Amino acid sequence: MSSVAVPAPRRRREAPLALGVSTAYLSVIVLIPLAALTLRSLEGGVSAFWDAVTDPQAVAALKLTFAISLVVVLINAVAGTVTAWVLVRDSFRGKTIVNTLIDLPFALPTIVAGLTLLALYGPKSPIGVNVAYTTGALVLALLFVTLPFVVRTVQPVLLELDRDMEEAAQSLGATSFQTFRRVIFPNLFPAILSGTALGFARALGEFGSVVLISGNQPFKTEVASVYIFGQIESDNITGAAAVSVVLLVASLGVLLAIGGVRRWATRHDQ
Amino acid sequence: MRSLILALAAIAVAALVTACGGTSEDSAEAGSDGAKLTLVAYSTPREVYAQLTKDFAKTADGEGVSFDESYAASGEQSRAVENGLKADVVAFSLAPDVTRLVDAGLVDETWPNDEWKGMVSNSVVVFAVRKGNPKGIKTWDDLTKEGVEVIEPNPFTSGGAQWNIMAAYGAQLKQGKTHEQAVEYLRELFKHVSVQDKSAREALQTFTGGKGDVLLAYENEAILAQTKGEDLDYVVPDETILIQNPVAVVNNSSNADKAEAFLEYIRSDDAQRVFGKAGYRPVSENVAGEFDYPKPPQLFTIDDLGGWAEVRERFFDRENGIMADIQREVGAALE
Amino acid sequence: MTRYALRFAALGYLAALLVVPVGLVVYRAFEDGVAEFFAAITTPEALHALWLTIIIALIAVPLNTVFGVMCALAIVRRRFRGHGLVNSVVDLPLALSPVVVGLALVLVYGRNGWWGRWLIDNGVQVIYALPGMVMATVFVSLPFVVREVVPVLREIGDEQEQAAATLGASSWQTFWKITLPAIRWGVAYGVVLTTARALGEFGAVSVVSGHIAGRTETMTLHVEERFQAFEVQDAYAASVVLALLAVCTLLAMTLLRRDDA
Repeated sequence: MSSVAVPAPRRRREAPLALGVSTAYLSVIVLIPLAALTLRSLEGGVSAFWDAVTDPQAVAALKLTFAISLVVVLINAVAGTVTAWVLVRDSFRGKTIVNTLIDLPFALPTIVAGLTLLALYGPKSPIGVNVAYTTGALVLALLFVTLPFVVRTVQPVLLELDRDMEEAAQSLGATSFQTFRRVIFPNLFPAILSGTALGFARALGEFGSVVLISGNQPFKTEVASVYIFGQIESDNITGAAAVSVVLLVASLGVLLAIGGVRRWATRHDQ
Repeated sequence: MRSLILALAAIAVAALVTACGGTSEDSAEAGSDGAKLTLVAYSTPREVYAQLTKDFAKTADGEGVSFDESYAASGEQSRAVENGLKADVVAFSLAPDVTRLVDAGLVDETWPNDEWKGMVSNSVVVFAVRKGNPKGIKTWDDLTKEGVEVIEPNPFTSGGAQWNIMAAYGAQLKQGKTHEQAVEYLRELFKHVSVQDKSAREALQTFTGGKGDVLLAYENEAILAQTKGEDLDYVVPDETILIQNPVAVVNNSSNADKAEAFLEYIRSDDAQRVFGKAGYRPVSENVAGEFDYPKPPQLFTIDDLGGWAEVRERFFDRENGIMADIQREVGAALE
Repeated sequence: MTRYALRFAALGYLAALLVVPVGLVVYRAFEDGVAEFFAAITTPEALHALWLTIIIALIAVPLNTVFGVMCALAIVRRRFRGHGLVNSVVDLPLALSPVVVGLALVLVYGRNGWWGRWLIDNGVQVIYALPGMVMATVFVSLPFVVREVVPVLREIGDEQEQAAATLGASSWQTFWKITLPAIRWGVAYGVVLTTARALGEFGAVSVVSGHIAGRTETMTLHVEERFQAFEVQDAYAASVVLALLAVCTLLAMTLLRRDDA
């Protein structure tokens, strides 16, 4: 049995292997392809990149994508918070099943999601609701895929929330709404924000569920990922890569922002 | 925990081995003197080629030959082969998709130098309408009438769309209009286009799904939809373009002689009859006579309009082409 | 009163968006009878598609699990500059459009890609063959194990590991006997999520697959193909199979949550 061994050097020897292997894996799978993408987008120089990104159809697609994604995640921020509230604070028969179902959009393939929405809200709808080939269809598809995000970030926070403050507020005469606004909501806000941001990043790139249901009409219902696909099809690889890089930077930006929010929230707690 | 990880590892190894075994199986497969040909085709003739590949194996030339088949949109497939999808025979919906492979060095530029000019089947552009043709659409002018909704795929992603547009343009010329007036017609037409799917097949599905009053389509697509029980009729306009579908052998094929034999076979009378029954117009003259497809009085070809090379540059260049301008104008008007 | 209103709103929203559409597809898949359903999902193409989907998942999931644990260890246990950036890069596949993923892979491994020409000349087909499809699937399902394990690692701290090291345990022993059991629920959740993602990937695989019927079509591509061939019922049948796999995933998640707590 050794005497007082020095623990720290042993630990650090383990981590480098983990770090090395992870970096190599990340590079081969993620970084190198993304680097190839970025370089390809700049193949014609910065001017070609700029031209590709400012093409009216590209701009329309990007504007539509950002706008619709924002609207959708805001709706799901409200719906998600309400759902999380109901799942945590309420109790009724079948609650476990409902809780399980929330993850369905994570597990269901996007093409199946598109097909199911098309079956109920498309041309052959049994209830007579047909939003296919409109921006309504886009909203529907994106609502579906971003549904779980806010629910799943808010739920753990709600579960851990200390009820004492609420009870204190109520005993001091605050209404439920005031309690919610002043006591509960500030605690939930970082979770709602990060769930919304994550959903937003997800919605920006959505393809499979949108492709069947939206009609993909340039300037009207064509989102960025479909535009990129179209550019690949018409041999404009540089243009496709350029708009892809825009989406990439936007997604990365949102993810970094979420990381920042998380750090702010943990400091805030302390 | 340990046993779980060992189990996972064992499964992963087994999967890898099976997968590797599966992929090397492709090249080593196909028995003693059997060859394996990969056919990369556009989406619409799937059922036809499924039949023809079977029939070919029953002939003397095709004995022991088996096929891998891949079907997707014509442009997508052409691009895939250019990017490395292994193919022995390619069958696309329009010649420029073969030209792309010629430029990439994958197809010999002598491919159209046979008695059929490299083509295997024909069709024409028609108007697909609702059963009974409630809006009475019969001519190109009917498409630009008030309230008529046209379904047309996106010309920058769909070969079928390019055929449609050249049919529309050529029809105007045949009616005696000038180039400018014909372009003006195209502009009018696109104001009526409400949905632009990325491929002809998707446009057909949009139409059968209930959207739009008229779909510009290949005749064979309209016929296919009818045989699948879809409720539609179609009208062959007086002026329309002859759609010609090319086939070619890929020059780095390891079974070039079998591939050539297959190409011979699909022009044979038996094979052409299969095409004919599926709604295509056979290229073989004697078989064509057995089917009575309507003959439009003013039928023209892409060569009458200058050939694909010139047309692609003039109309479908995505920066300066006529269609790019029209898309921008119509799109701007929609915003 | 508000309680019922909220409950009604939440459940109504979920019903309209999730339950009824999926239920309708299940109904439609069986509309012509159970025999028809089974005929649709036992065609050679459908069976091969299912087999291919499972094989790809069986390769991608263990790879991402091993990577996930290592990466989580590196991020949490070793404070290096830019670990926030690494965290975000790992999360990137969650947000990236699958079309972009496919394009990026083709630009590296395709015939005109960085390494593509060399690979193809040496007989290795990546794009339009199994390896490309596995890579695309690995890419999109990369983050899940990392994301589940990182918070657990952070929470449990490293006192136990330090103690073990003081007592003379080697790094491997420490990892195997201390760390791994402590993070096992995180790993389990991560594996389930990774598997679900791998089974359900569509967009990226579509770009790199080649669509060779009976050879490079996964179950999701098979659904699209059937839909495009006007065989909507077949598409619904295949969708039901995928939905069942999804439900199994959800059940696994629920059971794990229960065992964890």
